[in-house]
Amino acid sequence: MPSITKPLIPLAPLPTNDLGLTIRDYEGAMSTLCAGCGHDSITAAIVQAFWELAMPPRDIAKLSGIGCSSKTPTYFIRGAHGFNSAHGRMAAIATGAAAANRELTLLGVSGDGDSLSIGIGHLAHAIRRNVKMVYVIENNGVYGLTKGQLSASADIGTRPKKGEANVIAPIDPIMLGLSMGATFLARSFSGDKEQLVPILKAAVAHNGFALIDVISPCVTFNDHEGSTKSYRFVREHEVKEVVTDYVPVREEITATVGGRGSRTVTMHDGSVLTFRATPEGYDPTNRLSVEAYIRDHQRHGEVVTGLLYLDESGSSMHEVNHTPAHALAKIPVDRLCPGSAVLDDLMSDFR
Amino acid sequence: MEPTDVRDPAYYHRVVDCQYACPAHTDVPGYIRLIAQGRFDEAYLLNRQSNVFPGILGRTCDRPCEPACRRGRVDGDPVAICRLKRVTSDLKGEIADRLAPIPEQKNGKRVAIIGAGPSSLTVANDLAPLGYEIDIFEKNDQPGGLMRWNIPSFRLPAEVLDEETSNIIDRGGVRVHYNSPVASLGDLLGRGYDAVYVGSGAPRGKELDLPGRHDEAESHIHIGIDWLESVAFGHIDSIGERVLIIGVGNTAMDCCRTARRVGGQDIRVMARRPREYFKASPWELEDAEEEGVQIVVNHAPKRFVIEDGRLTGMEFDVVTWDEGARHSSVVETITVPCDDVILAIGQENAFPWIERDLGIEFGEWDLPVVDETTMMSTRPGVFFGGDAAWGPKNIIWAVAHGHEAAISIDQYCQGHDVADRPPAGQNLISLKMGMNEWSYSNDYNPSPRQEMAHIDLTRRFESLNLEVELGFSAEQYAREAQRCLNCDVETVFSPTLCIECDACVDICPVRCLTITENGDETELSGRLNTPRANPSQSLYVSAPLPQTGRVMVKDENVCVHCGLCAERCPTAAWDMQEFTLLTSYAGKPGVTHIPVRATSASEGGH
Repeated sequence: MPSITKPLIPLAPLPTNDLGLTIRDYEGAMSTLCAGCGHDSITAAIVQAFWELAMPPRDIAKLSGIGCSSKTPTYFIRGAHGFNSAHGRMAAIATGAAAANRELTLLGVSGDGDSLSIGIGHLAHAIRRNVKMVYVIENNGVYGLTKGQLSASADIGTRPKKGEANVIAPIDPIMLGLSMGATFLARSFSGDKEQLVPILKAAVAHNGFALIDVISPCVTFNDHEGSTKSYRFVREHEVKEVVTDYVPVREEITATVGGRGSRTVTMHDGSVLTFRATPEGYDPTNRLSVEAYIRDHQRHGEVVTGLLYLDESGSSMHEVNHTPAHALAKIPVDRLCPGSAVLDDLMSDFR
Repeated sequence: MEPTDVRDPAYYHRVVDCQYACPAHTDVPGYIRLIAQGRFDEAYLLNRQSNVFPGILGRTCDRPCEPACRRGRVDGDPVAICRLKRVTSDLKGEIADRLAPIPEQKNGKRVAIIGAGPSSLTVANDLAPLGYEIDIFEKNDQPGGLMRWNIPSFRLPAEVLDEETSNIIDRGGVRVHYNSPVASLGDLLGRGYDAVYVGSGAPRGKELDLPGRHDEAESHIHIGIDWLESVAFGHIDSIGERVLIIGVGNTAMDCCRTARRVGGQDIRVMARRPREYFKASPWELEDAEEEGVQIVVNHAPKRFVIEDGRLTGMEFDVVTWDEGARHSSVVETITVPCDDVILAIGQENAFPWIERDLGIEFGEWDLPVVDETTMMSTRPGVFFGGDAAWGPKNIIWAVAHGHEAAISIDQYCQGHDVADRPPAGQNLISLKMGMNEWSYSNDYNPSPRQEMAHIDLTRRFESLNLEVELGFSAEQYAREAQRCLNCDVETVFSPTLCIECDACVDICPVRCLTITENGDETELSGRLNTPRANPSQSLYVSAPLPQTGRVMVKDENVCVHCGLCAERCPTAAWDMQEFTLLTSYAGKPGVTHIPVRATSASEGGH
């Protein structure tokens, strides 16, 4: 890690957001990840997105599991709540947190190992329940903390730093999400904040489970020739045909909407997503066409990025379960737990 | 934009704001690091190489470096560069054996120098080690010029002056002829010198010819620099209780503070214009006010009031100024009572001793026509420098002129073209010592600028020679040295190594890096991560990056040289490298480092 803490330099005042906070107020401790790690760029994109959204840090909960990726919540939004859970259990903890306090903005950060191997069951159920949260997979195709073994997201033919090329089919989190009924699916690249920041902001506005698969090269174990998750490979094989802009609810829409396949989607909270460009015949609200498009490009070794699928009509976990409109945490204890007499009454109904 | 050519020494030189602003290009960050390492001898010698008089300038310099200092743009207060220079002089040990030796074997060339002020002494300092035989003709009985006669000893003690002038004139090769004013340049030119240098200063104080100036009370109206000189000589040791100083330059400040020490009680500095238009350095104004001097603005002098053959006061128009203080209008006319008036409204050159038929052309304001690069007049072999060349500037400019003139004199005497200047070079040395480890202190120190302690006001006026500034304590200079941002430790970028991971962009505490598409300067300036606030500072633009063809752009304006970009870089595309400007001196093209004494334990490594 760096020899010094990133110093606070009292320059001419930094710009502030609507809360009067500077971008430095959304940072965290110094990263201890390897120099050049893609995860640090994602951290920077998260800092940027939440600063631009002017979200009070106290309204945010950061959750993670185990792995390089899961260390990163320490490195952003130091004023937010946080929970570093057991390996693969972040989705379960997030579901509980969402149930208890629906007013929090939940930001889960996980990796390909945490989400697609040990934690795939919890991830699948969080998608199924449509828990309102942002779920970022920092996907580098290797187990970095255990010295770079290939993970479940490694492509066929990709070469680890040492040993044989991979022969086992990968799990693609976007395909998983499409088949599980996810309502917000995006793929991005850690080296492209211009794309990632608006996707993160749209994910926060989404009413349900927002999955963002971010390809995030591991500079130490997976950035070599022959890797399909290196900076160079992704830059050479990325297809960025789905281009979106996010316009928060309080801003006037000034961008001219037009061009190939452009369309707008009004989100649950009134903010607007503009698909500035989509490929011919591509419909980001149609599961089948999205799946076909991604599969077609995968066959050619190409990586499609952007906000790929969106369904704003879905109901989130709280709507399905008819839970109270406010956080359980804010309901007085005597109402939340009305005592044994009320329980006895309830139980007698079932006798 | 075209990729920045960092092989041109001019690029990184511009980044080192203090060194760039210093007329003599003193390696400020270099000597501040040496202070931090406790290597005061080396720190002093590094200073001396460029500015020749560290002890004198550490007390009296006009400090062009400090307004330029990057630290001032970061937290409002520049590093106390000048007072750190004094630290090197105060704490150094014996350095005489480390000065350039004066050869026994002379080179057969003789140079005459007129005046023993800072520019002349610089010329002697540079030429004597090359074997030149130098004759200095000085009208007074001691060396130093204005440094001795016009700067009061409570600001510059005589011992400091004696030591630094002695290091030039008492080591051989230089003969000073005291009490020898040059009455005719023609005569001197006839005496067979190979070159003549005129460093006689701007010795004449300007007159203020108002009614009453030359009446019978004339002896109570003084010309500032002449009066200071008389005090320095000991010819004057008293003044009336009520003193008016006309003028607001640094000489006026020296006059009012000197008056305070020789009997003045009620001292007022009378200024025509508002305070922001004063020529005096802000710190000199503060020091004068601390001593009870009143600064009175918007008073235009009108006449001297003489009653019964006695100066009783001075009449002023009280004025108001329009925006920009270009035009004034008179509000009223008042008389301010006084016993003495000191005129400190500027100096001018006077060359009654230069015959006008010697081939030395004179131009505007009766100043000699002097080439700005070579310092040579229109008569080959006759050079001018310091205040004698272009009118009053300051000591550090005089030193800079002296170095340039010495190069020219050497070129001229060796039969080379004086216009042929040895080029400046640069050295870049990586300071990487290991993983995230540098041989400089890269952390940002938030300490405020250290205040110079002054001798107590109750003791201050006991003697004219009591130095007011006490110097920095060990804690103070240690802290002040850490405030320096090491602007000479450059962020050197190798585009071919970059994988565009954004790590440097994300970690930079001042967000001065951007990876983006190239564009023209104006358009690119608008797309930086932090909007460009100071176009006088350079933009670094790399060659196209290997993966995307975008470019790395760095706005040099507020980089604090913390090295985090280099620590965060996975491929070492960024490196922190110490930049040394290789300045040329007479006979020594591209001089670099000070000689390090073989026996001295070089603590810390530099």
